[in-house]
Amino acid sequence: MTISIDPQKTNNESLQPKGWLRYFSFSLDHKVIGIQYLVCGFLFYLIGGTLASAIRIELASPMSDFMPRDVYNQVLTLHGTIMIFLWIVPVVNGAFGNYLIPFYVGARDMAFPRLNAVAFWLIPPSGFMLVASYFVEGAAQAGWTAYPPLSITTPQSGQIIWILSVLLLGGSSIFGGINFIATIIKLRRPGLKLMQLPMYCWAMLGTSLLVVLSTPVLAGTLILLSFDIIANTGFFNPVLGGNVVVYQHLFWFYSHPAVYIMVLPAFGLVSEILPVHARKPLFGYTTMVFSIMGIVVLGLVVWAHHMFTSGTPPWMRLFFTIATAFIAVPTGIKFFNWVATLWGGKISINSAMLYSCGFIINFVFGGITGVALAQVPFDIHVHDTYFVVAHFHYIVYGGTVFIIFSSIYHWFPKVTGKMLNEKLGILHFIITFIGFNLCFAPQHWLGLNGMPRRVAEYDPQFQFVNQISSLGALLMAISTIPFLINVFLSVRNGKDAGDNPWNALTPEWLTSSPPPVENWEGEAPLVEEPYGYGKDISEQK
Amino acid sequence: MTTLDSSKEIQKNNSEVNETHEDFRMFGLITFLIADGMTFAGFFAAYLTYKAVNPLPDGAIYELELPIPTLNTILLLVSSATFHKAGKALLKDKNSDSQKWLFFTAFLGIIFLICQLFEYFHLPFGLTDNLFASTFYALTGFHGLHVTLGTLMILIIAWQSRINGGRITSQNMFPLEAVELYWHFVDGIWVILFIILYLL
Repeated sequence: MTISIDPQKTNNESLQPKGWLRYFSFSLDHKVIGIQYLVCGFLFYLIGGTLASAIRIELASPMSDFMPRDVYNQVLTLHGTIMIFLWIVPVVNGAFGNYLIPFYVGARDMAFPRLNAVAFWLIPPSGFMLVASYFVEGAAQAGWTAYPPLSITTPQSGQIIWILSVLLLGGSSIFGGINFIATIIKLRRPGLKLMQLPMYCWAMLGTSLLVVLSTPVLAGTLILLSFDIIANTGFFNPVLGGNVVVYQHLFWFYSHPAVYIMVLPAFGLVSEILPVHARKPLFGYTTMVFSIMGIVVLGLVVWAHHMFTSGTPPWMRLFFTIATAFIAVPTGIKFFNWVATLWGGKISINSAMLYSCGFIINFVFGGITGVALAQVPFDIHVHDTYFVVAHFHYIVYGGTVFIIFSSIYHWFPKVTGKMLNEKLGILHFIITFIGFNLCFAPQHWLGLNGMPRRVAEYDPQFQFVNQISSLGALLMAISTIPFLINVFLSVRNGKDAGDNPWNALTPEWLTSSPPPVENWEGEAPLVEEPYGYGKDISEQK
Repeated sequence: MTTLDSSKEIQKNNSEVNETHEDFRMFGLITFLIADGMTFAGFFAAYLTYKAVNPLPDGAIYELELPIPTLNTILLLVSSATFHKAGKALLKDKNSDSQKWLFFTAFLGIIFLICQLFEYFHLPFGLTDNLFASTFYALTGFHGLHVTLGTLMILIIAWQSRINGGRITSQNMFPLEAVELYWHFVDGIWVILFIILYLL
């Protein structure tokens, strides 16, 4: 590895390798770390996607003929864990957060660059460990929720590796959260007020608060679970006097906020993308900020709606139903604001815009089924059926993953200085959108008709609809091909983007593309109106 | 285009940027301690729920002797005060005084750990005997781990605040202040733990 040292500079960046090698180094540059998160996450997305394809191949026929049933359980467990902890959470927080937040607050780097690099480098080994557990003695097979007693009684070495891996990823997430909070609160450029920050900063602040408050509880829970497995204690083992419902409470105290950890940053990113491509100011900035904070507060007190069939007492059901229904209010405000942002705008139909609009459509659908699932009588009927699977895939895939792709199309020129090919991008969107809806919309019907989830075999009457769903999954798998071709071709021979191809006003575009190591040649710009499209800013003051 | 140009105008008007920033390491530490506190909160919540809804089997022993934990509470509270003394002494550039107070604080931490181990060896139940026993060992063990880490850190900063060649001086107080905050946090957690586990 070549290390070139510029004698003029004494800062740490000058000790880092240059060129593509820096992406494999312990770099302290927030932009390098952001790309490391993104590429690493995407590789795990491909692994998780392969596992998803295996699931859909298995479910194309009612019998378990493609793989044995215990392997099916391992595959669905790994699919869920990889997609959540190694793809969505690191990418939507770590990748875009690290790349954009220092620009947005007008800083040269994150508050704690070393901690930042440590947080990233925890991810590849724990991800490797998780995938490798499949080849040791069988991977964990209790689902990503790892509910006891299932997780205690199934073969244990895989489960222990799973716990260790999730603990490390949780630690990475907490370090990242601390870094984001300190950067947004403390590292703002002098003169930049909180209410002038781009919306993604607010989303990341809210997300990081959730990370810091809830992830440690999951860590504690998993430590207790590992005691149950290794030391034969009985925290969650009913045979030894333990209580499985306590595990569920503690687990969902993290894992419901985890849903917001996955979608709040996407809310922030779409709020950055829509105004640029609609050439209009973001509608209702203040209500957006209060909605995010409302979601953060409410998001911490709704966890038991995952447990309506776990013998929850009536008062608890009532409280958590009402609290969950309340979350629809701030979320609804945000949706109306996005639609109002588009309303009457000068909309460019490009890949970033299409993916953002796809997000709005899919997420509204996922949100509506979410409100339906919060109602106890309905939830008891469809609990643990494919209706739930359809609901949360509409949230995490139709919502967050659509926004990840939208953001890649939007910020690719920033990172590389090259444009992505629009034709391939639109083709990617069309295949993904059709494939996604074909895959998951029929699953609502399956769930309502009583097909349980997490089973390799099902009643033959569901075969046709399952095959439609598998066809959709095939399209989703194919959709990755134009995207990968697009990225590889554009990195090499893409059209030059210039510094600001979208004529955007947010601070990351007010420097060269790709940006210099110090982010700005001179001092950081003070952007008081990040969404001042279509109006004369000098009159605003 | 005009909007873009006018925003660049704003940049130029605000060219006086202060490139130094305040020290926010303490802010990061406080955020971390809040996260750490949530881990304990999860354990406490689990313990209290077990106490409320999971009856112990007949003949299970869940009464604890009070003298040793009371002594431990006093030890930790005194150690918080002595740590505070160390900080005050360093602020007045009395490095050797500061170092003595730090060693004394670490000594109190070690005594705490010895008392804790003594209690473990004389308890009538083991880790897997019943749910109460498991939760008791998990809670006190997790706290003991924090005390062990804290004691090690105090020993390190005590060594680093030596007069010749020590890196911690009144100009570089942060390591001492950081460990002091952590130590107060661990003491505070112990007080809550003592009330919930031994007194309730």
